[in-house]
Amino acid sequence: MASQVVPHEHEVTTLKHHFANDEQQKDASTIGMWVFLVTEIMFFGGLFLAYFAYRQAYPAAFASASNKTNLWLGAANTTVLICSSLTMAMAVHSASVGKRKLLVAFLVLTLMLGGIFLGVKAYEYHDKWVHHEVPGYHFDCEGCDDAGHAPLFFSLYFGMTGLHATHMLVGFVILVILIFQSAKGKYTAKWYTPIEMFGLYWHFVDIVWIFLFPLLYLIDRSKTGLK
Amino acid sequence: MITAPPPVHVKKNYLNEKTGLKSWLLTSDHKRIAILYLIVVTGFFALGGIFAGLIRLELATPAGDLFESNQYNKIFTMHGIIMVFFFLIPSIPAILGNFLIPMMIGAKDLAFPRINLLSWYIYMLGGVFTLYVLFTGGVDTGWTFYTPFSSSYSNGYVVAAGLGIFINGFSAILTGLNFIVTIHRMRAPGLTWFRLPLFVWAHYATSAIQILGTPVIAVTLFLLVLERGLHIGFFDPAYGGDPVLFQHLFWFYSHPAVYIMILPSMGVISEVISTFSSKKPFGYTFIAFSSVAIAVFGFLVWGHHLFVAGQSIYAGLVFSVLSYVVAIPSAIKVFNWAATMYKGQIRMETPMLYAIGFIGLFTVGGLTGVVLASLGMDVHLTDTYFVIAHFHYVMVGGALLGYLSGLHFWWPKMFGKMYSDVWSKVSAVLVFAGFNLTFGPQFLLGYMGMPRRYHVYPPEFQVFNVLSSAGASVLGLGLLLPAVYLTWSLKYGEDAPPNPWGATGLEWQTQSPPISENFEVTPVVTHEAYDYSTVQEVVHIG
Repeated sequence: MASQVVPHEHEVTTLKHHFANDEQQKDASTIGMWVFLVTEIMFFGGLFLAYFAYRQAYPAAFASASNKTNLWLGAANTTVLICSSLTMAMAVHSASVGKRKLLVAFLVLTLMLGGIFLGVKAYEYHDKWVHHEVPGYHFDCEGCDDAGHAPLFFSLYFGMTGLHATHMLVGFVILVILIFQSAKGKYTAKWYTPIEMFGLYWHFVDIVWIFLFPLLYLIDRSKTGLK
Repeated sequence: MITAPPPVHVKKNYLNEKTGLKSWLLTSDHKRIAILYLIVVTGFFALGGIFAGLIRLELATPAGDLFESNQYNKIFTMHGIIMVFFFLIPSIPAILGNFLIPMMIGAKDLAFPRINLLSWYIYMLGGVFTLYVLFTGGVDTGWTFYTPFSSSYSNGYVVAAGLGIFINGFSAILTGLNFIVTIHRMRAPGLTWFRLPLFVWAHYATSAIQILGTPVIAVTLFLLVLERGLHIGFFDPAYGGDPVLFQHLFWFYSHPAVYIMILPSMGVISEVISTFSSKKPFGYTFIAFSSVAIAVFGFLVWGHHLFVAGQSIYAGLVFSVLSYVVAIPSAIKVFNWAATMYKGQIRMETPMLYAIGFIGLFTVGGLTGVVLASLGMDVHLTDTYFVIAHFHYVMVGGALLGYLSGLHFWWPKMFGKMYSDVWSKVSAVLVFAGFNLTFGPQFLLGYMGMPRRYHVYPPEFQVFNVLSSAGASVLGLGLLLPAVYLTWSLKYGEDAPPNPWGATGLEWQTQSPPISENFEVTPVVTHEAYDYSTVQEVVHIG
């Protein structure tokens, strides 16, 4: 009696028709994600270049304007974001050992920490608006040196943190989807590629902030002290 | 007695396996997505061509008879935006590359088929923005969007146009990303890097530029939109900014973008020259690595667009030298193509005619680029018709002829039909002659000092302008012909054999048109590319 080998259910649902095997498929996703992150580096790179060019040209304006940022909120947000990277890493690990409830718990924690970050950021933006520190709208940087170029610092502040926050928002939406899918048991120890790929994205967004915090909040603090 | 005609046996292939509009719009087959691109890109090409025609019509006389200055500004801007972002950049990669790369490497599809379809929809969305700009009043900044004119003074729809290009950029990024992963991970067993067709090498280099360069133009346009839309200033001196920074960011992408346009063409030419000379390409590794070298050096020469923009003289010197250097890998390719043809059995089929035209026109375009890369000459020639002629020789003489060569070369594979030999050869000759007549005189106009972007000019320039406009009509006719005979071939052309040209790539070893999965059995590669001893016979004699 001829018996046909029936593939395991997960192989049927997760291996796409054009790949030869699971390993090739996983490799493709991983390389694809890293290539995508390279494009993201170039995307933010344009803003970083603008920052370096203008900070080099107008150091006094940048130093004094950066004192208008809220150091303590920025530092707190940095901590929050680093913690969210930890919970994200734990989520990926939970997925890899097939612990569904832990996976969902860590994803929810990541989501909450991301939410706190965005909330604090929104408060900071509001503060800037109230204090006329938004370029183009009754801008008035009280006590800034080189007032002609001080708006550039704030343009870059909003451009860079705004683009970063947009990436956080996108991550936020994807996280919600991943939480629902994880709760339904879509991801197993055998196949959890989307969780791992999203982890790479989340860490990338975190690292961008690690650069933004010193560039925007810490210039010249050694001279003016903490306030 | 009436007998029913014998049933025609139609082979199952990717075109007839599924039918209906939905099976096309929701397809994840790289070959069908390539056809979707072909249709829309051709539409944009026609639109850009109409604007080119309007420009040449206006310039036939020294006076501004047809348009006012403002209308003329919008016409050449739309011509530039459509041709650069919606025709030249997607043409070969998104149509021929999409169709052929999986087949050339013996794969069933690209690594991410759904992302491939997504990139087409993103392209369409970007196109919708551009058409919106077109129908609501246009944009008058030139395709370069220089600030502060674009951000503070222009009356056009800069934000919508910028967003259209911003969105369109992600389509190119995703295509490049897909190609890189596919070439790394989807090659058939035995297909090592140095057994890859040169077309694949060229697309690998192109993809690298697309993923590294395109994000920078995206963020540049994002900043432009912030400055114009929300008054969050970056470039306008009124906000404390520096307009030259915009030019640096813009050309950091837009110069490498020239190589996004020309490198895939060079890949096509390498295939076509080798096939129709029945000879292995001379210096395979040199051609392969010259593509990579062009991609690398292409990122280091953007400053030659800023020689008169107030950049430091030392930066100018460095950029000038680096611009000379980038001519070397281009020259390597031209010499190697010539050496491939030397003592080859050359067959003058239509794709070969276009390819030889490419070599001639690209050589002129490249060498005049060396002229412009020298600081002293550039000061004299900046913003004249010399520059226009130079980059049209590269982008039309190079990129467009490469595209037409490739389209004619792979048309039998894509649709399983042969087109008219006579008419296609007439078209190749008309395009070559018409092109030279259009842009040759513009070198002289530029050298004599006629500036670009004006619709009124002194009467002494009229002779060359009339020649140029006459050439444009010949060129237009030459480009209209393929639209007719290629479409005609779909219905009336004779069926194409699997390998009509006697070529060696894996794509020729499957039926024409291919089945949805490309190959019945995944091929195993045991020898180098371009081994003509394995080709049985040439079936098609034109």
